[in-house]
Amino acid sequence: MPGKLKVKIVAGRHLPVMDRASDLTDAFVEVKFGNTTFKTDVYLKSLNPQWNSEWFKFEVDDEDLQDEPLQITVLDHDTYSANDAIGKVYIDIDPLLYSEAATVISGWFPIYDTIHGIRGEINVVVKVDLFNDLNRFRQSSCGVKFFCTTSIPKCYRAVIIHGFVEELVVNEDPEYQWIDRIRTPRASNEARQRLISLMSGELQRKIGLKVLEMRGNAVVGYLQCFDLEGESGLVVRAIGTACTLDKLSSPAALLPACNSPSREMKESPLVHPPSHGCRSTHNSPIHTATGSRLTQNFSVSVPTLIYTGMGSGSAGKEGGPFKALLRQQTQSALEQREFPFFTLTAFPPGFLVHVGGVVSARSVKLLDRIHNPDEPETRDAWWAEIRQEIKSHAKALGCHAVVGYSESTSICEEVCILSASGTAAVLNPRFLQDGTVEGCLEPRLEENLPAGCGFCHIPYDELNMPFPAHLTYCNNCRKQKVPDVLFTTIDLPVDATVIGKGCLIQARLCRLKKKAQAEANATAISNLLPFMEYEVHTQLMNKLKLKAMNALFGLRIQITVGENMLMGLASATGVYLAALPTPGGIQIAGKTPNDGSYEQHISHMQKKINDTIAKNKELYEINPPEISEEIIGSPIPEPRQRSRLLRSQSESSDEVTELDLSHGKKDAFVLEIDDTDAMEDVHSLLTDVPPPSGFYSCNTEIMPGINNWTSEIQMFTSVRVIRLSSLNLTNQALNKNFNDLCENLLKSLYFKLRSMIPCCLCHVNFTVSLPEDELIQVTVTAVAITFDKNQALQTTKTHAEKLLQRASTDNEELLQFPLELCSDSLPSHPFPPAKEHLESASSNSGIPAAQRATSVDYSSFADRCSSWIELIKLKAQTIRRGSIKTTVTVEKASPMGEGNFRNRSAPPCANSTVGVVKMTPLSFIPGAKITKYLGIINMFFIRETTSLREEGGVSGFLHAFIAEVFAMVRAHVAALGGNAVVSYIMKQCVFMENPNKNQAQCLINVSGDAVVFVRESELEVVSAQQPAANCQPSCPGGEVTT
Amino acid sequence: MTSELDIFVGNTTLIDEDVYRLWLDGYSVSDAVVLRVCSGILEQTGATAAVLQSDTMDHYRTFHMLERLLHAPPKMLHQLIFQIPPSRQALLIESYYAFDEAFVREVLGKKLFKGTKKDLDDISTKTGITLKSCRRHLDNFKRVFKVVEEMRGSLVDNIQQHFLLSDRLARDYAAIVFFANNRFETGKKKLHYLSFGDFAFCAELMIQNWTLRAIDSQVDDMDMDLDKEFLQDLKELKVLVADKDLLDLHKSLVCTALRGKLGVFSEMEANFKNLSRGLVNVAAKLTHNKDVRDLFVDLVEKFVEPCRSDHWPLNEY
Repeated sequence: MPGKLKVKIVAGRHLPVMDRASDLTDAFVEVKFGNTTFKTDVYLKSLNPQWNSEWFKFEVDDEDLQDEPLQITVLDHDTYSANDAIGKVYIDIDPLLYSEAATVISGWFPIYDTIHGIRGEINVVVKVDLFNDLNRFRQSSCGVKFFCTTSIPKCYRAVIIHGFVEELVVNEDPEYQWIDRIRTPRASNEARQRLISLMSGELQRKIGLKVLEMRGNAVVGYLQCFDLEGESGLVVRAIGTACTLDKLSSPAALLPACNSPSREMKESPLVHPPSHGCRSTHNSPIHTATGSRLTQNFSVSVPTLIYTGMGSGSAGKEGGPFKALLRQQTQSALEQREFPFFTLTAFPPGFLVHVGGVVSARSVKLLDRIHNPDEPETRDAWWAEIRQEIKSHAKALGCHAVVGYSESTSICEEVCILSASGTAAVLNPRFLQDGTVEGCLEPRLEENLPAGCGFCHIPYDELNMPFPAHLTYCNNCRKQKVPDVLFTTIDLPVDATVIGKGCLIQARLCRLKKKAQAEANATAISNLLPFMEYEVHTQLMNKLKLKAMNALFGLRIQITVGENMLMGLASATGVYLAALPTPGGIQIAGKTPNDGSYEQHISHMQKKINDTIAKNKELYEINPPEISEEIIGSPIPEPRQRSRLLRSQSESSDEVTELDLSHGKKDAFVLEIDDTDAMEDVHSLLTDVPPPSGFYSCNTEIMPGINNWTSEIQMFTSVRVIRLSSLNLTNQALNKNFNDLCENLLKSLYFKLRSMIPCCLCHVNFTVSLPEDELIQVTVTAVAITFDKNQALQTTKTHAEKLLQRASTDNEELLQFPLELCSDSLPSHPFPPAKEHLESASSNSGIPAAQRATSVDYSSFADRCSSWIELIKLKAQTIRRGSIKTTVTVEKASPMGEGNFRNRSAPPCANSTVGVVKMTPLSFIPGAKITKYLGIINMFFIRETTSLREEGGVSGFLHAFIAEVFAMVRAHVAALGGNAVVSYIMKQCVFMENPNKNQAQCLINVSGDAVVFVRESELEVVSAQQPAANCQPSCPGGEVTT
Repeated sequence: MTSELDIFVGNTTLIDEDVYRLWLDGYSVSDAVVLRVCSGILEQTGATAAVLQSDTMDHYRTFHMLERLLHAPPKMLHQLIFQIPPSRQALLIESYYAFDEAFVREVLGKKLFKGTKKDLDDISTKTGITLKSCRRHLDNFKRVFKVVEEMRGSLVDNIQQHFLLSDRLARDYAAIVFFANNRFETGKKKLHYLSFGDFAFCAELMIQNWTLRAIDSQVDDMDMDLDKEFLQDLKELKVLVADKDLLDLHKSLVCTALRGKLGVFSEMEANFKNLSRGLVNVAAKLTHNKDVRDLFVDLVEKFVEPCRSDHWPLNEY
């Protein structure tokens, strides 16, 4: 019994009137933890009761401490009838369980009722006395810290990064139990809230146990999700990265960790080998299991794998032997873990050696009732399968690890799409093994990884590329090969050299699907998925080219399933990486060249596209210094319009010709257009309106190219639901509606936040759901951050004017062109989508069909896919991409460099009454230093109404609810003694309405890290000592458990 | 494609002052959108009408939710739902309680709880203030009245404390409450030339000098009611008219006091008897409620009008 929980109820205020006669309330409070309940006295006739209760003491074991929430219920005493509930407060006491977080929870909490919303506030003080033997208890994992932040938290140092932890728990959903028919909606909602609270507590505890087993003391990048599977139950699952963290003792060390890379290197974590390395290190990174033919197919069929190149193995002259060594070490080091995954998206310098590209896997499953909640094997098996797939993808890319890893689901009725994605990467072997190798490797390592471009270099053998890619020598170091385009799910590494600014790039797509039941439905969805992935990818590629950029960061592809449609939404931040070649343009080719006016039309359209590219270059300040090839001896380049089959890359002449089919080094990306269906693609390509001048947007933590942030931040959530007219639902109409929805939403955001100009919308996170047949719901959470205009102006200058002109380029004429691309669903694009198909085709071929009773696999599509890929190959000839110019950048941009990062910040806004709590989806607060992490905030709320009209309709209802959720998050943070939430995320916002019954219900799940921050201006003095302090070894955290 | 739901919620509540103004003025969302379009905002920002519509709706919804809190401003300060910087909060409250003098002039001294609502339509047409805005005005008056009605202590302080208004606005409310409580008749045609400011000035003087607290500051009583004893005393003033000697004495005292301060001194001196009689008569009758109500009418009839007929430049009291 290692803990004593103490609770004191101080007072209430602003209580609702419960007694109509007196216009007053006779309130008392029930405090419940586990099965023990205490009550305060009744405070008669007051809306502002002062209970000032004694300390209620609960003696509980730490397992309960972790699982159970403290439940505080405020009631109105009634002598003659049952007491009426006013509302409840759930307090997660987890933050009190580790030593250096909060010590007391004390403050005003909103009293929340699932039917009436917030009804007054209550002042509560909570303390925990832990006994010493606490960590010997293996059923509990008190002391393990959790962070939502997907990078090493700012005031910690990673000693060891252990690797992937995951867990899931299942239960029956109270909403679907028989008892729900006889109990009130309130009781049902509360049962659900409580159950989920319990389940997340349990989940966190179990994950904590795993971390302790790995000898870690913290989980970073903790992501917990709920799957509301309806009848079949409720799944709470979580993934994270186990680490051993040391708290940095000196305040100076709180500065962003990017000041001096070389020093940081030494501090960087030793990775405890997360998993297997590549099985076949040198020869071919592609597994031998699949035939070479299939191999080719396989890689082609993984759309997301595509533009990832990696030079290593025999490619680079200098790099060769070293890499071999590197890989061997890595291999042995990583052998230990099942899944070499990391949920982190930003890393200590030197940790990330090479980035392969995006790997993703999806699978369609049929849900059926979870029979035994204690044995959630099915769900576990599903995820294990997907993770295995991801792992093999990474292997195919010559990478031994996956970073920026995340998982998600989309559920409609009994069909569920499980998705996982991440970025294949090679991690520094120096961090993967102990000190032995360190000495000899270090010098080479550093010479081998020129700052700012190392991560772009391809990580696998050039001779055996898993997919066709076009490689060139790195523009930065000239020694290693880089792909022409790089897609990743991680944040831009701090040391990456970027030219110009970045921008948000989205691909949006809808596909109709016939309504069907069970397996037929799952099959239909599986059939559609690869095409969607392919098209999403094509759109991303086209838009990227149109922006004259060559890399995507933070890529997140969300596929949502509804009754009669599938939606795909991909968001990423495009940037121009100096190391990668300049992207070629987009060329339009007509199908019927005999018509003169048609030709003219095409050339007109081509001109528009070229203009747009040129304008975008100016808009985003992409003007890489051009250096003639001769001077730098670049291997590239041939004049434009060269025959695509000839590659003259001098040093790598041994490339397989097959690859050239899709990736000759041509100067342009060709779109062939010849039917109306394709029109829409060009349309969407050219009608994406850039943000108004003064606005930038990205979905990563920081905007590449902007580094002079000022302190004003505004986090917001915006939700839109549109009803489609059911009459003429075609794919085009759907796409247009969806596109308009997203664009209008963005426009509204820009308009609303216009007073913050110049500012940047960071971490723009779109979530799509299809709550009903004809409804599309889009939820956006982002933060607007202002930046210093003066500094920005130096480079921005005339862009405002340019922007205005730009509108003219979006001419409607352009839309007239048919685009062959989609007409027959035959991708003319080099990167066909069928990844899942082929993957499972290869791995599942031996599995009997019987297994598909509950889960639909892709096996059945194998045949079709391979023939399909034949077609792709033919088509691929029409595609030319490549680069013409070699560029060298001298400048080194480090967007978060210490110098840039600090800004004169406005004095904190003093609020005498209610302390201001900032919320941000980012892991940092501009102009401030995070001095303490107080614990994770993970809250789940249900709100229901039976008087929808009276509450202002659906908008009024949801608006009020979201405002209340924010308020409750802020109150909890304030009670922990914090003044901000970082890495805030709204993981779920499920909204259901029934206007006929005047009812609506909404579920929201949010999480984040409660922190204390200090304005930089207040830290000025401290930072002077920084250089010295930074070198000091940080103190042992003391919470490392054994 | 129709938008079913469209919301924006910021961690810091976004307040657009222009839209707030429109909302306070009682415009409907569609009217507000039209007015905003007219203001040229679309050209400035390059937004579309749809964006403007959605933005306006959103703000209106926020204001609607805030209104409950604005009814009890101290709650606004402590509430947790909307994170609004204090300066913004003050502005919201101040603007919410700010009123149009044209409207006040119409209801000044009237019973705030009965009958007036029916007349709101007329007032609205007359003053050009939207009905909604009229209602907000009236509700504000009633709310303030109800809260401070039974309270002890300084009227202005009470209002400031419970509604967190600026000093000036609190004084104006004090005047309104004072007038409403004493039901001074201000609507007669003869009084139409007087502005709210004029009455507010009178009210302040009367609160300072004629109420219970004015007599004995130790008795920290209400500012609302006129001091009955004082009114009784005023009755005694009749002697000033009745008794010739006292009249002369009064005259000479007043003349001494006003000599040099008044441009129309000679006329005043000449008419002193008449004027004095008028004033004293008004004062003497003040023990009757009915006459209290007619105070201003009587004053104008008995005092101001004779003066005016003598072409005095306007000079109140």
